[in-house]
Amino acid sequence: MDYQPAILAKDLTKRFGDFTAVDHINFNVQHGEIFGFLGPNGSGKTTTIRMLLGLMKPGEGSVEVLGLKVEKDTSKIRPRVGYMSQRFSLYNDLTVLQNLNFYGQAYGLENSLLQKRIAEALHMAGLERHENTQTRDLSGGWRQRLALGAAILHRPEVLFLDEPTAGVDPLSRRAFWDLLYKLVSTPLQPETNQASLESEMREQRGVTVFITTHYMDEAEHSHRLAFIQHGKIIASGSPIEIKTQKMPGDVLEISPSDAAGAVKVLRSAQNDGKLPLNEIVLYGSLVHVIAPDILRHEQAITVILQNSGIQPGVMTVIEPSLEDVFIACMKS
Amino acid sequence: MNEKIVEIEGLTRIFKKTRAVDGLHLIIETGELFGLVGPDGAGKTTTLRLLAGLLNISEGTAALMGFDLNNQPDSIKPYVGYMAQQFSLYGELSALENLLFFAELFDVSSKDLEERTERLLEFAGLLPFKNRRAAHLSGGMQKKLALACTLIHEPEILLLDEPTTGVDPVSRREFWNILTELHLRGTTIIVSTPYMDEADRCSRVGLMYAGKLIECDTPHNIRKKIDSEIIEVWPVNWQKALDKVMELENIKEVQTYGETLHILVDSGERQLPEIKRSLKKAGIEVRSIRVAPVHMEQAFISLIRRIDA
Repeated sequence: MDYQPAILAKDLTKRFGDFTAVDHINFNVQHGEIFGFLGPNGSGKTTTIRMLLGLMKPGEGSVEVLGLKVEKDTSKIRPRVGYMSQRFSLYNDLTVLQNLNFYGQAYGLENSLLQKRIAEALHMAGLERHENTQTRDLSGGWRQRLALGAAILHRPEVLFLDEPTAGVDPLSRRAFWDLLYKLVSTPLQPETNQASLESEMREQRGVTVFITTHYMDEAEHSHRLAFIQHGKIIASGSPIEIKTQKMPGDVLEISPSDAAGAVKVLRSAQNDGKLPLNEIVLYGSLVHVIAPDILRHEQAITVILQNSGIQPGVMTVIEPSLEDVFIACMKS
Repeated sequence: MNEKIVEIEGLTRIFKKTRAVDGLHLIIETGELFGLVGPDGAGKTTTLRLLAGLLNISEGTAALMGFDLNNQPDSIKPYVGYMAQQFSLYGELSALENLLFFAELFDVSSKDLEERTERLLEFAGLLPFKNRRAAHLSGGMQKKLALACTLIHEPEILLLDEPTTGVDPVSRREFWNILTELHLRGTTIIVSTPYMDEADRCSRVGLMYAGKLIECDTPHNIRKKIDSEIIEVWPVNWQKALDKVMELENIKEVQTYGETLHILVDSGERQLPEIKRSLKKAGIEVRSIRVAPVHMEQAFISLIRRIDA
């Protein structure tokens, strides 16, 4: 076979007693792709990551990373992947430089190479003048970039990021994503001179990223993503495909004269069975209503609002947010 | 309705040499759902703590329900519910016992108590779990229980400091549905959040940066303030397209969203044909191109960059 995805999960399953945490899931991640893995707490996300990393044995099915069987070849895979957890796994009582040295040595990097890589990591994270700062004194955004710097010191080909941006503010999150895009679009430099076909091919592509997140606006940055619920993948595809194909209904945005009043009136119509809407959500001065074939209800909505003395204002069908789709998929 | 329930003038808090909150002016009317957004260290938490009467004001004044915080800090206590970022539930107590504990703290009369705790547990969707220890509730349920505890004395003003941080999307939406419910009943809510899509659910948003309120308006108007529009391009090959797009003239910023590129421009309609032509000329194949709505996150980042510049 001349083609292999960076990550391949086949019928991956894990049971704990009677409870099936991960239930025959299948997916693949292409080289140089950012793959988002989303799901509520307890959906099987963390269990899946643990199996991908070889920290937990699958009950059934298999995982391949970089064409190698995770169960069999853990020791071959380990040096070629990087992992950054939610907690950033940094030592708070060490300085920035000490943390990087610690990780570099743990990965077995030889000293002159390590010093070069550390300088690059500091530059990338924008921490050049803070080498001697205690890690605990860094802001969330900087700690996060330091953790990413530490996770890529050994130039992994696949990077696993488990909720890397929890508790990080929007500006730092954007800076973090700019970094990730740079990583995936910068071709990997092979360390050795073995000019095998495989390493030549690898040269063309950047790092592969597998990322979990709770932030839906962030998930939109992924090239492809998968939603997992109760251990099963309920939707997958590129964000644009998911938003245009997986939404069981349309979103109508209404800008009424009294948004709070409109929500009350529409809800009572919904409860009386006069309006078959799936969801009525207040967005500040706007109202979003969701239902299949929503334009059929436009007239009814207008009349119901007007009868309560509310001007319906402009109504437009808008694109659902990824969160809208996610919630709708989980309900159906 | 529409009376001033929170009046803040020149509110300032100094820690050593840092002006964590720096000359804040803000009036909030009864029944508003007001969102406080801003990066870490902007002063959101300090503002909420000042309003809760937990920190002394260095300069300026703040009044809640007509009570001046400088002179009558204790008078506001019965009217205010404050939920800290690191709220404290008693892990070894049950959900119900936690509520009873907070009821006692706030002198809720025992005759109302049973009815009120039942109602709050139901409202928060916790009735089936009322005898479960708080430590054994999920993260989302703990947040809802903390909110219920904050509501036990039926405050008129709710101050919530990043209540949904670290909560999964489903629990987050449930939490916001509860907030909307309270908002519809007329409770005044001030909530801080790092999630820009949550800012969209507020009736008004205040954007804080370096201790100051730099914008304050409805989410709809804040988006308009950046005087920019987004052109969304979905190219066949995003990396090749990105290089070309960066070279285009009259564009403000390019952001990658998966396989699509968001190009920030002055006018979407005017510049769309130009960009289309330039991409075609450069041999970039495009699956779709259109003027897309501006996200709150984009507005937020553009406004902050404008201040920094």
